[in-house]
Amino acid sequence: MKNVSGIIPCYAADTSGVCSALYELGGMTVVHDASGCNSTYSTHDEPRWYDMRSNIFISALTELDAIMGNDEKLIEDTVSAANDRAPRFIAVCGSPMPMMTGVDFDAVAAEIESRSGIRTFALHTNGTRSYIEGASEAFLELVKEYARPCSKTEGGVAVLGLTPLDFPLGADKEIRRWLSENGFRCLSALAMGDDLGSVGALPAAELSLVVSQTGLAAAEYLKEEYGIPYVCGVPFGKEFAVHLAAYMKDIIKQNMGCSPVMEPCCGFEDADTVVIGEGFFAGSLTAALREDMNIKALPLCTLPAYGPFKSLIGGEISAEEDIKAFLEEKKPGTVIADPLFRYIVPKETRLIEVPHFAFSGRCFQRDMKNMINTDIKEYFK
Amino acid sequence: MTGGRSHDKPEYIRLGEADRSALFSSGLEYNPPARGMWNIVHTGMLVPGAHEIFACAQGCLRGVILTAAEMLTLDRMSWISVSESDMFDGTLESDIIDGVEDILGRIGKRPPVVLLYLSCIHLFAGVDFEEIIRELSARHPDITFVDCYMTPTMRKTVTPVMKMSSQIYGALKPLPLNRKAVGIVGCDRATDQDSELVRMIRNSGCEYRDIALCKSYEEYLGLAECYLNISCIPTGILAGEELEQRFGAKHLHLPARYDPEGLRENYRRLAEALEIECPDLSVEEAEAERALCEARQVIGDTPVAIDYTAVTRPFELGLLLIRHGFNVKYIIADTASGEEDPFDRLRAEAPDILVYSSVNVNMLDMPEREHERILAVGQKAAYYFSTDNFVDIVVNGGLYGFTGIRKLAELMREAALEPKDKRRLISHKGWGCASCLG
Repeated sequence: MKNVSGIIPCYAADTSGVCSALYELGGMTVVHDASGCNSTYSTHDEPRWYDMRSNIFISALTELDAIMGNDEKLIEDTVSAANDRAPRFIAVCGSPMPMMTGVDFDAVAAEIESRSGIRTFALHTNGTRSYIEGASEAFLELVKEYARPCSKTEGGVAVLGLTPLDFPLGADKEIRRWLSENGFRCLSALAMGDDLGSVGALPAAELSLVVSQTGLAAAEYLKEEYGIPYVCGVPFGKEFAVHLAAYMKDIIKQNMGCSPVMEPCCGFEDADTVVIGEGFFAGSLTAALREDMNIKALPLCTLPAYGPFKSLIGGEISAEEDIKAFLEEKKPGTVIADPLFRYIVPKETRLIEVPHFAFSGRCFQRDMKNMINTDIKEYFK
Repeated sequence: MTGGRSHDKPEYIRLGEADRSALFSSGLEYNPPARGMWNIVHTGMLVPGAHEIFACAQGCLRGVILTAAEMLTLDRMSWISVSESDMFDGTLESDIIDGVEDILGRIGKRPPVVLLYLSCIHLFAGVDFEEIIRELSARHPDITFVDCYMTPTMRKTVTPVMKMSSQIYGALKPLPLNRKAVGIVGCDRATDQDSELVRMIRNSGCEYRDIALCKSYEEYLGLAECYLNISCIPTGILAGEELEQRFGAKHLHLPARYDPEGLRENYRRLAEALEIECPDLSVEEAEAERALCEARQVIGDTPVAIDYTAVTRPFELGLLLIRHGFNVKYIIADTASGEEDPFDRLRAEAPDILVYSSVNVNMLDMPEREHERILAVGQKAAYYFSTDNFVDIVVNGGLYGFTGIRKLAELMREAALEPKDKRRLISHKGWGCASCLG
């Protein structure tokens, strides 16, 4: 059965994706769910929780309020909290119980905005999908809401899809440094080390760099609304980082409408190495392995994939039984994946552990590797 | 002090003005990063050899799976994810039965017990849990299936923790009651072996049994022999009551008190149930007094903050400490339920104590506020008052009675003298459990 797992975890859910995406932007995010359910996000999906304050709250939904359809309590409590917290915006999103009762989050958001005078938007999570969907909708909504037409900045780049669910803390600084070293100017890095103000300036970018699937919807919106082309990829390794920067310059120079696919991300069917993880991570690491170490690898995206990437990085194989069957059929010599995949990697296959926060949470946080614009040979020798 | 009264929903209130029937108005909630309290995964793992299967939405699964991963028991946990369509296509029960079948085929072992957890949405949709258990039991007669509940939305009816504390005895089968076996039930950890409670049981010639001490499934099954079951914390009451109903074992609720008279009453009731003479515990009581005085000498006028996760009766502990000269200034508790009398007495004797909500949204900034040096009892108090001088226990830490008071006083004294690595300790999920975090 596809919806069953004997041992490996599931990925962070859509609600966590929303919270993670909006964490640093000065808003207030309200998850409509039972008391205590926010501990999943704050314990396992949010490495910033201890050190960085953010207005991420839960509505403490009760059985009676759910049965009676008492949305008024959610609205009142949110307005009250907004009075105390003075957020720059409010986001409300749902969980499984509101899905069952059919809460109209758009109406709830409109009512909260009307009473609080603070811009409020609904994000349509229900706790049954992955963080990709939640963060993706949150980034898209942010860009729609706050991006405004402005003149172009030469070499300006918008980095989209950056959250600690996919990247170690500090990754934003590494990406900014790499952009700077290559003559680009990072206008915004949604959403680590960034603030709401920079979202408004996104249309000044000449290019969007999409570093995870969570940033793709926002990139497509910026392309459609403002004609900003986008490139997908993460500058892992040294050689690939150089290649990616050059590729981005070409895109800007040629004023191409859109170049969504990094050619090296395709992988090799005869590869002896499989890289498991989020699609852009797996594709980019595959490219870096080839360019930096001449290793042929095959990316296996175990999360939903969208758009033109679906055929390149998968997205179909996400169930435990399918991943296991895939690996047993391929019989790769090496698998690069989160440590908790160890339970289904064939015994004769070598596992190189690269922790993924959206999968194993804080279990291996201390072992997370920065592979951006750095020598990766040591990790994968 | 900032915050408080200026807020729409104040995060604290002066005890003298507090209404114990509703300390704080409900609202949105914040979740502080103090992780010592156990959840239903930790509690379920107390059943030796049990395999936990959770059926719920991805968002709910995530927390329980990673609880198991962190406590290094992922090999005892499986899951069935529930999608939106699963709820409406008429296959609610069969999806779960098929999922459990699939899992039993995958895990390469035959666990003696499967704890099957359903979630809020299943109960809301009117799932026939009895039929699921019946069908699975018929298919797998060698496995005992126990219905378990991850239903935080229904927490006002019965809390998931209280229900789980009862369901861990669900796999027990009736045995002849043994007049020489006494159990303490419904607590995550064994009661201190030095406590008067355990010593009285043992000195009466009875064997003290506790699920937290069971090493094997056979030992676990032996819990059904207990002719008397004692619960010490509020969330353990249901376990005692249900075992009384199922097996006829007498249930005695002897709450972990911080009130000498309350403890003496507990021991009188226990002696009566054990049919023994109540022992003279004046030595233990005097030792507790002495330890409190020694702690007071070391701690001096340093303000003390107590939180409800450390002790199940924070207002009663506050009263005890006030009466021994401690400068109790803060209590973190969202309710005074179950300790109305000590609440009223403390309010009369120390009306200036500030009572803080543990979940109020304005507690978010609490660690950054300017705090005097505080001695905290409990992880949440340590976090909120930003102190490394704290007693690191949850749910009484297994302490009980006069010996428990003595040991708590010693822990307070030690906490005042030796700061702790707060971040590391409070980040550890499930106090006392193994952890991959180191």
